[in-house]
Amino acid sequence: MTRALAHTLVVAILAALLTVAFWRSGYEFQWEGVWAYRQKFVTGWLTTVAMSLASLVLSALVGLVTAVGLRSRWPLIEAAARVYVELIRGTPLLVQLLIGFYVVANAVGLENRYVVGALVLALFSGAYMAEIFRGGLAAIPAGQRDAARAIGLTPWQSLRLVILPQAIRLVLPAVAGQLVSLIKDSSLLSVIAVSELTLAAQEVNSFTYSTLESYLPLAAGYLLLTLPLSALSRWLERHFAYEAG
Amino acid sequence: MELVVKGLTQAFGATTVLDRLDLTTGDIRALVLVGPSGGGKTTLLRILAGLDLPLEGSVSFAGVTVPRDEAGLLAYRRKVGTVFQAYNLFPHLSALDNLTLPLVHVHGLSPAAARKRVAEPLERFKLAEHAHKRPSQLSGGQKQRIAILRALASQPERLFLDEPTSALDPEMTAEVLEMISELKEIGTRFVLVTHEMGFARRVADEVAFVGGGKVVASGPAATMFKHCPEPRVREFFARILP
Repeated sequence: MTRALAHTLVVAILAALLTVAFWRSGYEFQWEGVWAYRQKFVTGWLTTVAMSLASLVLSALVGLVTAVGLRSRWPLIEAAARVYVELIRGTPLLVQLLIGFYVVANAVGLENRYVVGALVLALFSGAYMAEIFRGGLAAIPAGQRDAARAIGLTPWQSLRLVILPQAIRLVLPAVAGQLVSLIKDSSLLSVIAVSELTLAAQEVNSFTYSTLESYLPLAAGYLLLTLPLSALSRWLERHFAYEAG
Repeated sequence: MELVVKGLTQAFGATTVLDRLDLTTGDIRALVLVGPSGGGKTTLLRILAGLDLPLEGSVSFAGVTVPRDEAGLLAYRRKVGTVFQAYNLFPHLSALDNLTLPLVHVHGLSPAAARKRVAEPLERFKLAEHAHKRPSQLSGGQKQRIAILRALASQPERLFLDEPTSALDPEMTAEVLEMISELKEIGTRFVLVTHEMGFARRVADEVAFVGGGKVVASGPAATMFKHCPEPRVREFFARILP
């Protein structure tokens, strides 16, 4: 059986089971009410895409810098990176968003909820990225750094030309997984009234009282983003593949 | 290359690896470091190559002291070449890119000029047909010969080789040793750590026996292998030389 056929088969079985489950629940779908608000879903989805993209790029940067910080020889830098990672990973994103928006952003006079939302999301995801990158950097054999120094590379050149190209290949699957999480976590931005996809679904639900009709498109909207990302990550993995040694 | 090492001390944690080591050589082309495993040969070589800083002591080649600050060491490492036991080629780059990387990023050559510079040595050592392969596609002997060419590409003042054949089978060992002999003939200066005593005898101008963190004895190869006054060195050679 080919891989594509196997995938189709599994999806078909799952769809059949879900259809049966919906049918047995006796739920009567009323799509007309929700359809009237379709524009809201489209703008919400586009906002989710934009917010995810912005925090995705930022979180990769934050993660990389923090990962280097975690491996720093200077205790103060190492401590700062470690405290950041543990604090963020140990608390709910919900709390971070509320404190970030109503306390920190307020204190520094930052009013744009979209900017604050992207920043908090990036800082949240960046802590996880940092641990992923740190693991990747640590997995590169010491001999590679020795060789880089022996041929006269500066520490920065060694990182850029020798260590990172190898580490990126190692961390790619984990980073892709983290990005998928990031996209779904962006749904929490609704608590600071960022009009993204989840808030759109909540609003449509409160206008129409059609709960499943409001939330099923929500699931589809996220899958539309996360499935291509997973495919891209598998393609990148093959593209970067080479045997160690 | 007149090497003068004075009072070199190195320790990792509580373990002293080099213990006030002294060594002086004549103006020679090839120095071979021999001795038991764990005796400090590799540690000494890494300090000579500017990869590690000793706790105490000094090293000078032809009257020029190896620097002790990071900027000075970086400049020093750019003038010498180092070859490791485990090759340490960059696995994400082709053999050719392994050779040109230091030329382009350290020595300021254009990529085209760098490729031109390494074409002749690749040809001479029969590696040209493997230039576009990744390290994982090369045999151990080919990897080590590429690693030697990488160390030589910038035309360094001298080469440091740390047990370059210890990870190789006898056939590949032979091809790497042959390359080192050839390099000596064309005037390359080097310090070599090896367990290949037959080869050491052939290629060395001087031999230093390193054991217990000190140089137990050193001198011209002929004297060292045949009539070394140190009983420890005589016993060592008697055990491993046919």
